[in-house]
Amino acid sequence: MSNSVIEVPPKGGFSFDLCKRNEMLAKKGVNPPSFRKTGTTIVGLVFQDGVILGADTRATEGPIVCDKNCEKIHYMAPNIYCCGAGTAADTEAVTDMVSSQLQLHRYHTGRESRVVTALTLLKRHLFNYQGHVSAALVLGGVDVTGPHLHTIYPHGSTDTLPFATMGSGSLAAMAVFESKYKEGLTRNEGIELVTEAICSGIFNDLGSGSNVDVCVITKGGKEYLRNHLQPNPRTYTNSKGYSFPKKTEVLLTKIIPLKEKVEIIEGGDAMEE
Amino acid sequence: MHVRKIIREIRKVGRYLGNYGKFYREGKTPIVLLTKEENLRNKSVRSGKDLGFWGRQEQRQIRTKMDLNMDLNAPHSMGTTIIGVTYNGGVVLGADSRTSTGMYVANRASDKITQLTDNVYVCRSGSAADSQLVSDYVRYFLHQHTIQLGQPATVKVAANLIRLISYNNKNMLETGLIVGGWDKYEGGKIYGIPLGGTLIEQPFAIGGSGSSYLYGFFDQAWKEGMTKDEAEQLVVKAVSLAIARDGASGGVVRTVVINSEGVTRNFYPGDTLQLWHEELEPQNSLLDILNSPSPEPMNI
Repeated sequence: MSNSVIEVPPKGGFSFDLCKRNEMLAKKGVNPPSFRKTGTTIVGLVFQDGVILGADTRATEGPIVCDKNCEKIHYMAPNIYCCGAGTAADTEAVTDMVSSQLQLHRYHTGRESRVVTALTLLKRHLFNYQGHVSAALVLGGVDVTGPHLHTIYPHGSTDTLPFATMGSGSLAAMAVFESKYKEGLTRNEGIELVTEAICSGIFNDLGSGSNVDVCVITKGGKEYLRNHLQPNPRTYTNSKGYSFPKKTEVLLTKIIPLKEKVEIIEGGDAMEE
Repeated sequence: MHVRKIIREIRKVGRYLGNYGKFYREGKTPIVLLTKEENLRNKSVRSGKDLGFWGRQEQRQIRTKMDLNMDLNAPHSMGTTIIGVTYNGGVVLGADSRTSTGMYVANRASDKITQLTDNVYVCRSGSAADSQLVSDYVRYFLHQHTIQLGQPATVKVAANLIRLISYNNKNMLETGLIVGGWDKYEGGKIYGIPLGGTLIEQPFAIGGSGSSYLYGFFDQAWKEGMTKDEAEQLVVKAVSLAIARDGASGGVVRTVVINSEGVTRNFYPGDTLQLWHEELEPQNSLLDILNSPSPEPMNI
């Protein structure tokens, strides 16, 4: 019996062993539990004064809609926002992580963050995980060099475009953009076009639905229009509203204020070296 | 027979463990027995020749079950046509502009010719992510090298850096590159660095899926000592021929001319290219309807 065994070489970096095992198990029919995805329509476009990002608000878990009004436009910096499609956990974790890194970078440099910084941080992270972090992002923002719009794919490749769509509804939204986009749109035209593209994703793609979120970023600031359009209202609602009977009886209410152990002096002396 | 079955199962699982392809490719398993079927399968994994370019790519993908999402989750690849041609005085690099994810065109106007230094550019093909990262690393190394050397880096150094990264990571990467530039020692040079990481200096180089249709064309049409305009016209003609026949190439033709005077970028939109056999003139084209004058884009 030979002693040679498959040894994992002692190097650093992410270990993909379990990924290969998962692939093998999937081929045999043992599937991992379905995770929450944002089968999505996310779009972005560059207009006259900056960038407009749009997203639908449906989050799915296999065939079930698990969240009818989730937020897919994530904050990265005061002047940079990022829409995320793919696995919800992955997009949120990656955008949170890069947003913290950008904040630290702002403290270091003392300047406003640039969109290419966010782009490079995201793309390096996603490439290092070779596509297993399933996050497809549309990153947009305005910085000192101008308005920028980028798409980032799960494997780490990026594109810089004047208009972009991602997610399962991207084909429907791209069709709208390709026929109606032109350079130099005004703010209202841009918002209308973005809403139209997201609506076409919502109505024609099963993985997208509910409401439309829009985020307008310009040199002056940003405007996050949460639920800008709600084309899917609830069909039947109880006119009396809901009243849940209180089940647990309250016997006694007693409030004990905590005694202060330390005296707090406002504006004391500065610490000595 | 029962024992053999168990052994086969252990070996099957064993083959999936281990980080690097070369370990299971070399067949380092504790048990040597192989059934005929598995032997054949092993061979095809190792050579990859039977599978062809797309088969190899499929091996690396994780297949998702939902058909709707399958294509959009495929790695971003540039089924491409890239060309590099030397002429007397410099080089001309050319590429199409289509980036596809499965059967969907993710970007119809991408720029596949990226800058490494002022005088060296690289045409990228294969996996978009891999080629972007490789060119980022090489740009960083070349920048350091230029500072340490005190003068502009030569094309040979740039090509060698790309080759080192491509060769040493050949199990992980899937990218074919053409490096072209001008330096004062050798003049205009083109180096091809295809999939495995070979480095080959050539008077002209072609790469990408569309290049299959251009081998014969270049054998006939390329000649030594062309002028700049002849070379550029040759490149544009070749890319447009490849676009006509290759489904994975399309969009616009971008060229970069590098010589002692500097770098010139040119752009040839799809509708200005010559029509080939059985191609029709556009009728009621959206390009005409949509090309109404529009206000200036934003300038900061």
